[in-house]
Amino acid sequence: MNSVMNSVTNFLTTTDPLFLWLSGAALGLLVTATLIGAVLAWRVQTPAGRDTVRNLNARIRSWWVMVALFAAAMLLGSVVTLVLFTLLSYLALREFITLTPTRRGDHAGLFLSFFLVVPLQYWLIGIGWYGLFSIFIPVYVFMALPSLSVLGADPTDFLTRTAKAQWGLMLAVYCTSHAPALLWLDIPGYRLPGALLLLYLMTVAQLSDVFQYVFGKLWGKTRLSPGISPSKTVEGLVGGGLTAVAIGTGLHVITPFSPLQAAGMSLIIVIAGFFGGFVLSAMKRDLGVKDWGTMIEGHGGVLDRLDSIVFSAPLFFHLTRYWFT
Amino acid sequence: MIPLLQPALRHGLLGLTRLLVGARASWEGSAPADVPRIYFANHTSHLDTLAVMAALPAELRARTHPVAALDYWGGSALRRAIAVGCLNALLVDRTGKATAEVMDAMAAVLESGQSLILFPEGTRGDGTVAPFKSGLYHLSQRVPNAELVPVFIENLHRVMPKGMPLLVPLICTMRFGAPLEAVAGEDKAAFLERARDALVSLSRSPSASQPDSQSTGQRTAQ
Repeated sequence: MNSVMNSVTNFLTTTDPLFLWLSGAALGLLVTATLIGAVLAWRVQTPAGRDTVRNLNARIRSWWVMVALFAAAMLLGSVVTLVLFTLLSYLALREFITLTPTRRGDHAGLFLSFFLVVPLQYWLIGIGWYGLFSIFIPVYVFMALPSLSVLGADPTDFLTRTAKAQWGLMLAVYCTSHAPALLWLDIPGYRLPGALLLLYLMTVAQLSDVFQYVFGKLWGKTRLSPGISPSKTVEGLVGGGLTAVAIGTGLHVITPFSPLQAAGMSLIIVIAGFFGGFVLSAMKRDLGVKDWGTMIEGHGGVLDRLDSIVFSAPLFFHLTRYWFT
Repeated sequence: MIPLLQPALRHGLLGLTRLLVGARASWEGSAPADVPRIYFANHTSHLDTLAVMAALPAELRARTHPVAALDYWGGSALRRAIAVGCLNALLVDRTGKATAEVMDAMAAVLESGQSLILFPEGTRGDGTVAPFKSGLYHLSQRVPNAELVPVFIENLHRVMPKGMPLLVPLICTMRFGAPLEAVAGEDKAAFLERARDALVSLSRSPSASQPDSQSTGQRTAQ
């Protein structure tokens, strides 16, 4: 018992106080959401309302798992975080390629995409080779994959097949990998662990999603684009986006940014997150599915959860790298 | 083999299967139940047995026996340990010399209240379902109270196409359909055709019933 107390005390005194504050805030938010979900489940009367509340509670349960996973990875260090993202990219790419038509000639290229390109991209980030990881997939893989496929001597849908495989790699691997790459940025005068920049990006992007959903459910009237994403509303976008920017501005204490710079960065994360989700929704419509997968209860697949990161991660990474390193 | 090694190997194999192909169960017309069942599935790749086993709930998996070829899986101590020790396989002689013994062994499993997994096509398809061999008919005549549950294995032929040594990880869904109803006086050919139709009807891809077309693994919305 004593040794447990000692290790808890040790943990609390050696861990960054900001990290503890943020973990506490996240915990408080999740507990509040869980309580609200329980009250709603108890009070809801209509069958339609029951469905909404069930979906909401499934989402909240999944948030617990996701927050716990990320907190653990960040506490265990940058390499564990990188491994977690390698796995997420692998799963997201699997969801994307599952829904994409492939032919025999693509087999070798796809095998290498999963088992060579995914680990290599993250390995390049891990060894800090910025010059190569930032062009590896858009330049070298872009040429190598169709070169392998063309050996299959099958021209049927060749452009479509090649383009879709490349898009899968760009979204699930290349874009996503810029999120953990934040941990390798060397920012002069910034004394906090780089994991907090990743935490900042994830928090602003995901809260923007959550608040857009909440504002849309409560006050949404004007549909933004029913043909692509029926649940997106103008009221949800503006209300949720502004709330996320406000939180992002407040969180400037964990970043190297001034409050004004943090507001600008949050705004960019929110806008890029919105377009990432919007573009991926259009792709789902095109492929005839509602979700990318079924892995995360209430949320769909891994790619459904990463969709607000895919565009915002590279933007946030490059803006931070250009202006602050 | 060391007793602890087999459960560890089983968990390892099933975990790896899920990491590679997902192996999600979709119960469409039947529900998981501990009654004697013949799960009959389309044969798409070497991973079929593992994928169906991974999709079953653990308590049913322990009482379900995939039927596997003795000439391959009984070929070495390691293969036998994997097939019989880890996956409860029932090894059968498929050379045709011991048909009566094979039938007795399969019937004995069902009569003890446990279940079997069969691949009645006998050969691997490329996303299409071949005509069934007659074993399924004879077994259903022998043990009429066993439920015949079709299991359509979706996408797995794209993971490991015939003749390809490499594996591309894709999400594969096991679609468990409604048990076949008994039809009095039905002859063998009609039964086998009806069983095959029940399996094909679980497919989301229009090409499963016609040979020689490329399936794309597309699913419809919802």
